[in-house]
Amino acid sequence: MNIRENLWDPVAGFAVTFTTQFKKPVTEQYPFEKMPTAPRFHGRHQLNRHPDGLEKCIGCELCAWACPADAIYVEGAENSDEPDAEGNSQRFSPGERYGRVYQINYLRCILCGLCIEACPTRALTMTNEYELADTSRESLIYEKSDLLAPLQPGMEQPPHPMLLGDDEQSYYAPESIVR
Amino acid sequence: MSEVSTGDTTTVNLTIDGMPVTVPEGTLVIRAAEEVGVQIPRFCDHPLLAPVGACRQCLVDIPDAGNGRGFPKPQASCTIPVAEGMVVETDNATASKAQQGIMEFLLVNHPLDCPVCDKGGECPLQNQAMSNGRGESRFDGQKRTFAKPINLSPNILLDRERCIVCQRCTRFAAEIPGDPGIALIDRGARQQIGIAEGRDFSSYFSGNVIQICPVGALTSAEYRFRSRPFDLVSSPGVAEHDACGAAIRIDHRRGKVMRRLAGNDPEVNQEWISDKDRFAFRYADAEDRLRYPMVRDADDPSTASGHRAPLRPASWLEAFELAARGLAAAGGVGAVGVLPGGRGTVQDAAAYSSFARDTLGGADIDFRARPLSAEETRFLAEHVRGRSEVTYADLDAATEVVLIGLEPEDEAGTIFLRLRASTLRQAQAGAQRIRTIAPLLSPGSAKLGAELVRCTPGDEAAAIAGLTDVAPTAVILVGERLATSPGALDAAAALADTTGAKLGWVPRRAGDRGAVEAGAFPLDAHARDADQIIEGVLAGDVRALLVGGVDPDDTGDPAAFLAALDRAEFVVSLELHPSEVTRRADVVLPVAAVTEKTGTFLTWEGRPRPFPKVFDKPATYSDAEILGQIADRYVAMESAAPPLPEGLAGKHPRRAAAGAAVGAGAFRLSTWKLMIDNGSLQMGDKSYAATARPAIALLSRANLHRLGTTVTVTGDRGSITLPAQAADVADDVVWLPSNSTGRGVLADLASPGSGVEVTSA
Repeated sequence: MNIRENLWDPVAGFAVTFTTQFKKPVTEQYPFEKMPTAPRFHGRHQLNRHPDGLEKCIGCELCAWACPADAIYVEGAENSDEPDAEGNSQRFSPGERYGRVYQINYLRCILCGLCIEACPTRALTMTNEYELADTSRESLIYEKSDLLAPLQPGMEQPPHPMLLGDDEQSYYAPESIVR
Repeated sequence: MSEVSTGDTTTVNLTIDGMPVTVPEGTLVIRAAEEVGVQIPRFCDHPLLAPVGACRQCLVDIPDAGNGRGFPKPQASCTIPVAEGMVVETDNATASKAQQGIMEFLLVNHPLDCPVCDKGGECPLQNQAMSNGRGESRFDGQKRTFAKPINLSPNILLDRERCIVCQRCTRFAAEIPGDPGIALIDRGARQQIGIAEGRDFSSYFSGNVIQICPVGALTSAEYRFRSRPFDLVSSPGVAEHDACGAAIRIDHRRGKVMRRLAGNDPEVNQEWISDKDRFAFRYADAEDRLRYPMVRDADDPSTASGHRAPLRPASWLEAFELAARGLAAAGGVGAVGVLPGGRGTVQDAAAYSSFARDTLGGADIDFRARPLSAEETRFLAEHVRGRSEVTYADLDAATEVVLIGLEPEDEAGTIFLRLRASTLRQAQAGAQRIRTIAPLLSPGSAKLGAELVRCTPGDEAAAIAGLTDVAPTAVILVGERLATSPGALDAAAALADTTGAKLGWVPRRAGDRGAVEAGAFPLDAHARDADQIIEGVLAGDVRALLVGGVDPDDTGDPAAFLAALDRAEFVVSLELHPSEVTRRADVVLPVAAVTEKTGTFLTWEGRPRPFPKVFDKPATYSDAEILGQIADRYVAMESAAPPLPEGLAGKHPRRAAAGAAVGAGAFRLSTWKLMIDNGSLQMGDKSYAATARPAIALLSRANLHRLGTTVTVTGDRGSITLPAQAADVADDVVWLPSNSTGRGVLADLASPGSGVEVTSA
């Protein structure tokens, strides 16, 4: 035992403590203050829309196929340009098929993002929203209505006819990007 | 048909990918490769269709064709037969380059529809593009486009962009059922599958083209977008719509059947099933399906005034108890009639049989829910029960087949396809001869190349007696309809006896043969048959009825059957859907559909076809389980009613034969059920129903000329007005489909073989 061990070392151990005392605290005051996430944070999913409001989802179930947690349930159905009995359009997406039922069970979802990679139309993406806690199992099964992106200006709530062109090519390969 | 066994055992030795193979002479290289586990990619090749070499995907390198010289270019292995000493390379640089090149060409115009395509996930093109194609496309031009799906028939959609023109579907249509309604049209890149303008691809077997299409070009209208292959759980099954026992695959998702596909059973249906087996399954999920037992309160004061109390829901235990009590109250041998119907499994039929004989102490039972005769009862006991003379293999081998009262295309689809295949095969070597005893040559019989032995309906016995040149190697198939023709079944049995030909009985319903084996019909002369049970009810001798899946309109006399249900003091009904029987029943017990129970069907040959349970639904019981529960309660209680007076049992007068030669009309009525008609297990699929052949009366040309194209047929039970067409029938015969209009011919018109009047409408 020498002087250094007896006197200096105990004081040196507080070096971090003392320096931190004079720094700004890093504690986040969640939930009173919400900090932005990293831009590519894996949060709640979103089902996107085409510029006229039609859904991008084609009900192909590739997301459900890719899901390692079996959290996604999809049922497809056929679009039709024939108005139904009440005269409403029966078109929800361009092309032949749309997702009639779309559910994500956030009790199962591990937010891994494999479904996003699988989606062939970029209908499914992830938002940065991370507040996915609730008090019942039912409320954590998100339906299509919960997941669909909000209508932006210029968008119209489906079902409605294709507004961007005559066929689905005007959605998937508009003039601007065709070679 | 590429797999013709010539009976010759000459074998050939060759080398495939360095492995020695020995196969029979004439084997195709692609098949020989399968023997050693080498999978050559292919689209157009199908083991049951003639080789055509259309898609060129199966190109292989043959450096030595067996004569020391090789082919200079890759060859299509699906059309090249093996040769002694041949050397085949399926995976060397030449073969791989050829296969990848073909795949690249096929994908040039194939759209990137995979995410929305019903075939995606189970698609040979997808799989083989992965195994034998390039990773990246080099094509940057515009793909050829067509308007998206067009209907080939109400059932079948064609997406021409996806088609790779392998011609499996057109070859199937022409070769297997003989309905060449689709063909290649146009040339070059616009080449496509097409139908004649305004004419659907009409075939009872059309659904098979959906299954054999190697891309998603042909899809089912009803299955469209309903699920993806990886959602589906597959269970093996047996088709419940006819007595052929076709193997099927039931694909289901979340407790609902999504689609049915043909199973592969080389001994029975090979890989084909009829559209009825494929599409008619929605009845089990129908909205109006009975879900819980219902009972009628006997104590309701309104019963005294002749009106019955309404049915009310009840618990299973209460329903069992009331059923047992009601049957016991009817009491006594002969006071209860049991009519199981012909839709049950062997186990169900055995349960009905045991319930009637053991529990009820010898009650009358008869499974036949159709016109019948005492002659048929005798025939079933002597020539059908416990025998298994004819099998599908015998049909293939027979030099001659005689069809009597049987239209295979309408009534036994698998027999039709087997007969057609064997006829075509034997056409090369001696020709199988098919003769049909019928009033007219139906389209189905014409496709079999059958020779018509014309007879007036009801006079089949004379026509059978007229057949003197039947070979001992022949097979005689008699249909259940022959019961309505006096003397015909006896004559057929006598014909088989004298000639030594094999005799087979072909019922329509899946459960009929099983019910015969289970003894669910009158086995001794004292017992009542179904008609006598009905008469017994009307006479007051039979007081209670236990009815299984019987549609009153199918029975010999629908009006009498309904009157008997009204007259009976106590009726127990075991049914799937509300019917005329359940409306009149005192206890209604919902039964399991075939997907909800395990069991066994017997084919017309007597071959057992067991099937497992697909869905395990709570509180769903098969007929056998329900009868077991009632039986337990029945034996526990003393039979309260006194036995019938002495001397009554055993005397069951039969009304004058209602069948032939009754009715004043100048026309004899010929009728059978079309495959797709108004049957109660065929409800719920609009696209399928739309493929039914229209209800049309067939008359001779002279009569049609005289009466016009819309006629009214009047019999002793009513009249039917329908369009008429000319056919090759005698001037005194009119043909109608049995169950394609209204309540059907038996309820609305007259019994088959009887006289009817035809007038201009």
